[in-house]
Amino acid sequence: MIDVDPGLVDWSRAQFALTAMYHWIFVPLTLGLSFLCAFYETIYLKTGNEQWKNITRFWMTLFGINFAIGVATGIILEFEFGTNWSNYSWMVGDIFGAPLAIEGIFAFFMEASFFAVMFFGWNRVSKGFHCFSTWMVAIGANLSAVWILVANGWMQNPVGMAFNPDKARFEMQNFAEVVFNPVAVSKFTHTSSSGFVMASAFVLTVSCWYLIKRKHIDMAKKSIVVASVFGLVASIFVAFTGDEHAYGVAQKQPMKLAAMEGLYKGERGAGLVAMGIVNSAKDPGDVQDAFLFEVKIPQLLSLLANRKLGSFVPGIDDLVFGNSSENVMGVNTMMEKGKLALADLAAFKKAKKNKNEQMAADALQRFDVNREFMGYGYLTTPEEAVPPVSTVFYNFHIMAVLGSLFPVIFGTFLFFSLKGQVTEKRWLLPVGLFSALLAFLAGQAGWITAEVGRQPWAIQGLMPVKVATTNLSVTSVQITFFMFAAVFTLLLIAEISIMLKQIAIGPEGH
Amino acid sequence: MISNLDYVTLQQLWWVLCSVVGALFLFLTFVQGGQTLLWQMAKKKTESAMIINSLGRKWELTFTTLVLFGGALFASFPKFYATSFGGAYWVWILILFTFVVQAVSYEYRKKPANVWGAKTYELFLFINGSVGILLIGAAVGTFYTGSNFSLNDMNQVTWEYTLGGVNLRGLEAAFSFFNLSLGLFLVFNARVLGALYLLNNLDLGAVAEMEKRLRKAVWTNFVCSLPFLLYVVVAILLMKGFHVDENGTVSMVTFKYFSNLLALPHLFVMLLGGLVLVILGVMSGAFKGGTKGIWSAGLGTVLVGLCVLCLPAFNSTAFYPSKFDLQSSLTIYNASSSQFTLATMTYVALAIPFVLAYIAYLWQQMDSRKLTTSDAMDHEAY
Ligand code: HDD
Ligand code: HEM
Ligand code: HEM
Repeated sequence: MIDVDPGLVDWSRAQFALTAMYHWIFVPLTLGLSFLCAFYETIYLKTGNEQWKNITRFWMTLFGINFAIGVATGIILEFEFGTNWSNYSWMVGDIFGAPLAIEGIFAFFMEASFFAVMFFGWNRVSKGFHCFSTWMVAIGANLSAVWILVANGWMQNPVGMAFNPDKARFEMQNFAEVVFNPVAVSKFTHTSSSGFVMASAFVLTVSCWYLIKRKHIDMAKKSIVVASVFGLVASIFVAFTGDEHAYGVAQKQPMKLAAMEGLYKGERGAGLVAMGIVNSAKDPGDVQDAFLFEVKIPQLLSLLANRKLGSFVPGIDDLVFGNSSENVMGVNTMMEKGKLALADLAAFKKAKKNKNEQMAADALQRFDVNREFMGYGYLTTPEEAVPPVSTVFYNFHIMAVLGSLFPVIFGTFLFFSLKGQVTEKRWLLPVGLFSALLAFLAGQAGWITAEVGRQPWAIQGLMPVKVATTNLSVTSVQITFFMFAAVFTLLLIAEISIMLKQIAIGPEGH
Repeated sequence: MISNLDYVTLQQLWWVLCSVVGALFLFLTFVQGGQTLLWQMAKKKTESAMIINSLGRKWELTFTTLVLFGGALFASFPKFYATSFGGAYWVWILILFTFVVQAVSYEYRKKPANVWGAKTYELFLFINGSVGILLIGAAVGTFYTGSNFSLNDMNQVTWEYTLGGVNLRGLEAAFSFFNLSLGLFLVFNARVLGALYLLNNLDLGAVAEMEKRLRKAVWTNFVCSLPFLLYVVVAILLMKGFHVDENGTVSMVTFKYFSNLLALPHLFVMLLGGLVLVILGVMSGAFKGGTKGIWSAGLGTVLVGLCVLCLPAFNSTAFYPSKFDLQSSLTIYNASSSQFTLATMTYVALAIPFVLAYIAYLWQQMDSRKLTTSDAMDHEAY
């Protein structure tokens, strides 16, 4: 094993987090705005009303500005698996690489090719084919999301594979299991619909700004109707799939769930913390309270986590130190088994090298007993298996609280739109104005929950991040971190400035 | 049918597929070549608008092909993906960087309030077309000249080249005259292709002056590329190569790639045929007033590219050799995914012809009418 500098691991994580979080500023807009453009254009096609064409073209311009930078931030991510997580890429490339390649073949080309028609084809192809192209861009964008999320779902819940000791890597056994991984399915449904929410909120924000400024009123009102229908449906769906997602986490990543809820002592009939202030001095196993202040809804966590009232939800202490009465194996025990597995794997490798087949076979037999715990063998202390609790807790709660708000916001807008009173309700417009900001907050918070909650694992239970990193010098990663931070920020500034300008110009300029 | 293919066939098939994607990428670098021509060719606002808009309708295709190239290598040769990207860190990061800045440049260059000004975005495009392609060439060059890495029992990569105590992580590839020549050849070839593409795509009636410049550029860039091409070809024929014997032991063998060419005559035919096609395209574009030179030169580039990528991989050769530790060298057999994954991916690859078909259809739909000045000055345009 190569000994890696902990600083290196943290910088590599920081770089991935930085680039991914930038990507996630633009991607959700792409996911949702592409569909909204397709809706607007379809209405144009059906009614022949030029105003809908203007609306379509206006939102398409914003889409294009956003899309370009989404692509720019995406390419880095794809190659970062190789540049910064090369041990990871080698160990699981057999499984993880496939979705990325499929994404390229099926999704990116579709998006990229029809994109050119959508933007430059107005006078070159028929109206019908143009509208079809817009739909294809939307479908292509959302297909991109499918495959990357299959890959991410697999990291959260690795299925459909087995470890090959000869090659020292994991190999795919069942493609369907990887694709239909329940975690991947709820990831996709939740994430893409959250993109729809964000894009609908973006349309609300821009339109409300026009209404406040009393400009482009007709266009803004029309945009709001479609966006609030889309947003309402999507936000209800987000709440349902979010619940499904949390159930998946409870079943497959109980440590993450415990961190999301700040639950140290597991219990039957556990309550759900609606809000609270985490005690940051609290360590696993000590007697301090987990919260300085909390509001709890009794019984609800057990119901959500296991779909059963009064069921047992393990806390961090149970998971770290074990709880035999509830049949929970602790990380401490798994670490012992994992260390045995790693030792046997090394013995197997050595015997193979020395061409001692008998010894190799024996070592392999011993390895097989503990192989599922192999990843735990890399940990140094059981507490290492606990993710940063307060980060995960707060981000989860920010997302969930905002998530319950969105159906209300979109519902209200739809209600007053249908009554033709949106412009009269002056108190409503500022709410709309801030909705995009809130949606973006929720989205980023969601990813932080998912990804920080997965720590210390790159692949849940199998491979900690410290084993996954490329053996680089810390300085190299620091330089690239700041390089990306600088360039993405400069590009973001340009993007926002261009967007604001286009919004100021408004749809009539089109 | 696919499930009956044996492991070795799948491994070879996937190397060929990845090479095809790589070779298509080289053809599509006409976008990058065109970007480097912008300042030289366009003397008027309308002219640069036409160049940018013509390239701007294709850049995504090139970009996406690069992304697919990475994805396909990841899925089919993960050990290469891990070793090369993780090992030669700085080369790849810099390459990617030039593509990051490219991705926004078309869209933002002309937009009001773009903060950094049109010239900055044009500079980004130039850097992408020059530095980006040069480094890609240098990276491909290491398939022949080797790199400085070692792999441990768990196949984790360590990069071993330091200069003054600093680990260069692959940048040392640029110290090899061979790698540099390959890179420079690709840069000039991209410029040839770029000029040929513009001759094909633009409505030249309106820009007679620029047409002359473009035709001249086809020829001068071709002439500039020749010494590098000749050097690369001769060096490949003469150089020692990384041979793998039946036990998987790697050793240096004289005239390795020359003997590969003799053993794989179809590669030899592809190389020669490719070069002839490029020359035909150049002649047509430079001297005969033709507008279709891009197709012949493009196909020629694909064939040459395929040969360059397949030559160091087949006939018991290590395609990603380590000169630091010969036995760490990668072959298509020790670097590939499992048989199951390759077979699964082969089913997926059956979709590629459909993808190519709709790309070709859309290209034809969009380009059936040449790009005019008024298209380029349209308010939707870049
Ligand atoms: C507008 C954005 C948005 C909104 C309003 C919500 N979510 Fe969410 N959530 C996301 C956007 C998001 C996301 C960005 O799409 C995440 C990040 C990772 C993922 O799979 O989806 C996510 C992750 C995520 C996770 C973590 C999954 C994991 O660890 O893999 C859970 C448990 C939930 N969500 C649950 C909810 C609940 C119960 C919500 C309340 C209605 C909710 N989300 C609203
Ligand atoms: C675009 C939305 C995403 C965001 C905002 C995001 C966010 C993050 C964050 C905050 C981290 C750092 C966690 C930590 O180290 O504490 C991280 C790490 C990581 N994420 Fe994501 N992520 C996203 C999508 C994905 C996807 C789709 C994948 C895989 C296909 C992925 C793979 C990884 C990997 C490999 C790391 C580094 C190792 C690690 O720290 O676990 N991420 N991401
Ligand atoms: C961390 C893992 C991720 C990687 C490696 C990645 C990779 C990429 C790449 C390479 C591109 C550019 C493609 C092109 O050439 O057009 C891209 C764009 C895109 N990605 Fe990601 N991506 C990641 C996360 C995500 C997530 C989580 C989603 C959606 C849920 C997503 C959805 C998209 C979409 C829709 C695009 C199109 C361009 C845009 O949206 O602006 N990606 N991504």
